[in-house]
Amino acid sequence: MAKRVAIVGTGQTFHKSHRPDVNGQELIHEAVTRALTDAQLSINDIDAIVIGNMDHFEGINYVDCWSVDGSGGTMKPIIKITTGGTTGCTIAIGGYHLVASGAFDKVLVIGWEKNSESDTSGAITTAFDPVWDRLVFAGAISGLAAEAQAYMARYGASDRDGARVSVRDRKHAMNNPHAQLRKEVSLEEVLASPMLADPIHLLDVCPRTDGACAVIMASEDSAEKITKKPDWIWGTGNRHSYAYLGDADYGRLTSMERTAKEIFKKAGIKEPRKEINVIELYQPYSFAGIIWIEDMGIVPHGKGAEYIWSGATDMGGELPINPSGGVISCNPIGATGLVRCAEAAMQVMGKAEGRQVPDVNFAVSTGFGGCWWTDMILHGAKKPN
Amino acid sequence: MDKAAIIGIGMTKIEARRDDWTFADMAFEATRKALDDAGLTINDIDNVITTSNDFWDGRTISCMAVGDASGASDKNVSCVEGDGTFGAFYGLARTLSGSYGTTLVTGHSKGSQSVSSLITNAAFDPIYERTLGLDMISACALQANAYMHRTGVTAEQCAAVSVKNHGNAMKNPMQQLGMKITEKDVLKSEMISDPLRKLDCSPVSDGCCAIIIANESRAGKSKKKPVWIKGASMCADAYFLGDRDLSRAKSLTAAAKKAFSMAGIINPEKEIDVAEVYDAFGYQELMWLEAMGLCGDGEAAKLLGEGHLDIGGTMPVNPSGGLMAGHPVIAAGLYRIAEVVKQIRGEAGKYQVKKADIGLAQGVNGLCGQSHCVWILGKDR
Repeated sequence: MAKRVAIVGTGQTFHKSHRPDVNGQELIHEAVTRALTDAQLSINDIDAIVIGNMDHFEGINYVDCWSVDGSGGTMKPIIKITTGGTTGCTIAIGGYHLVASGAFDKVLVIGWEKNSESDTSGAITTAFDPVWDRLVFAGAISGLAAEAQAYMARYGASDRDGARVSVRDRKHAMNNPHAQLRKEVSLEEVLASPMLADPIHLLDVCPRTDGACAVIMASEDSAEKITKKPDWIWGTGNRHSYAYLGDADYGRLTSMERTAKEIFKKAGIKEPRKEINVIELYQPYSFAGIIWIEDMGIVPHGKGAEYIWSGATDMGGELPINPSGGVISCNPIGATGLVRCAEAAMQVMGKAEGRQVPDVNFAVSTGFGGCWWTDMILHGAKKPN
Repeated sequence: MDKAAIIGIGMTKIEARRDDWTFADMAFEATRKALDDAGLTINDIDNVITTSNDFWDGRTISCMAVGDASGASDKNVSCVEGDGTFGAFYGLARTLSGSYGTTLVTGHSKGSQSVSSLITNAAFDPIYERTLGLDMISACALQANAYMHRTGVTAEQCAAVSVKNHGNAMKNPMQQLGMKITEKDVLKSEMISDPLRKLDCSPVSDGCCAIIIANESRAGKSKKKPVWIKGASMCADAYFLGDRDLSRAKSLTAAAKKAFSMAGIINPEKEIDVAEVYDAFGYQELMWLEAMGLCGDGEAAKLLGEGHLDIGGTMPVNPSGGLMAGHPVIAAGLYRIAEVVKQIRGEAGKYQVKKADIGLAQGVNGLCGQSHCVWILGKDR
């Protein structure tokens, strides 16, 4: 019989732009130790490990094998799952299935990245078709700029709307000691910051971060023995449909729309805006904070900016988004999606301290990457039926 | 764990160099064959796992190149980086988690476009080991020496693995390198890294393999009789070669023990009818068999010499020709699973073993067999 699964512990490094004081294994070890401490477990309690990052950032092959001194994986089952930017979320989904299948009772999920060791844009560019796409694709920012332009043309949004999202996330980051960029920014500062790829300014986009995150998942047999208030996983899903860059519907994230519909339907969520209490959105740049919540079904198409300006997604609003400060404040790529998952879990477990949203019943965490891909997890306070 | 079965397999012919193929072409061919084999359409597939490696493919997010061709468009999908047996393990978990009734697993590799020595050198510690110039072959040469020193197995005995597997491959039309050779040929072949000679080493290969895993209720709906998954287990040893006893495969012993216990196998030596193991080098077939307890420690070479591991022997090993005759990295373990499925179904043609009720497939990740994945498949539920 398939098992219900809960998150029972999380751990993160204090993310920074550069961690020359640790190597990759030591960085991983920091996050793992914190997650074990949080769950009050020892590494001996862990039955299997899932790990993920992006190979070409650190230039280490077979990371599952290389990492065991940091992850505690020696003489344990360890598996590497990796899907680009969505890695952090997709490894959490991996942990879920390994536990739900009954194969393992307690699984440790680890995402990490030392971006300071990488040529991020150079590595990302090699993801695309060497003949047709690679020569015209200048890393992640150009693709995102195309999306923002398409959305602005279609719905009449402005770069001020994007800037408002940056202001929100950078303000929220002030409450999160783990975030990398902890300094508030104003609308004017965002708009005056250097233009990277029109309409994306420097302060509209995520930084490069060194960091690791670890999440411990347990089956229903032990979750409530480990912690009184586990974070139950209600649903997982994704879409990684890709052909060529030109095939995407720029201005709409169809992968988000289809994933959200599938998960909400399974969980019986009819009005996500009212039923979900907090979202940790993998939002690599500000305009995504407007566009993708429309695709998630929170507000109708074209209404995202209005909803953001109303303050509804700020702390204390109707549906706070990114209480952690989000990806704009911190982006250790292979860990980023798992940080979203961990932060959503902390919200459900009531462990989010200064960034806690009151009375969280349902939380959503997402991952973004690849070629307009989405991964999503629905977290809940109650045990799923 | 609940029950699950393999209901479809698809393999491309393993070849030295397929310039006319992209990764997507290979994945499409293997997927198409697996669907036809199962009598299903892509609409019957609930989710997809691809298996690839960014270093071997020379692409970041290497799964992006094969997702659509593996039928993953608008489906739930993920990618395991490692040997295909690990991809299949995750596919099995997704089938048993209650989320999906069927999972398609693919694994591909184009060795012809890769520089193995640089790619495997990148698996070593960047500070202490990489600059020594170690790669998979030189590291495995250390292991071969350690194994031969401890057990007294000779280069001639290791060469017999190459003779057997290259010979078996002559009967398998999907293999790259079937040939009739003698121990003398192996021992005369070019020295690559002492004690490994050219014919002790598996070749560079292009290939893609796909399998379809189904849960109990969906397994009955396939065209052919399902092959049941009785056990599957993985385990990783220490990373630094110096931290391990290289002459033994402790993590393989642990993984096999768990897989046997899941399958209710008490005496693997007698109960396993056929094994497809990860013979990237001749000595590895002997070493892995011993580590899994399929024979006594240090006894594999003797069994091989007496013909027990031949297609007509008491415990046939790599009747397909194994990696020795075709080694598409990443896909290789998935080919092992598919070959065991063929044996259990009785579809292996000229290399069919007499009795194949229970079979074992093994895959390896990392350097010198750091991490292993063992599968036990069976005819009966």
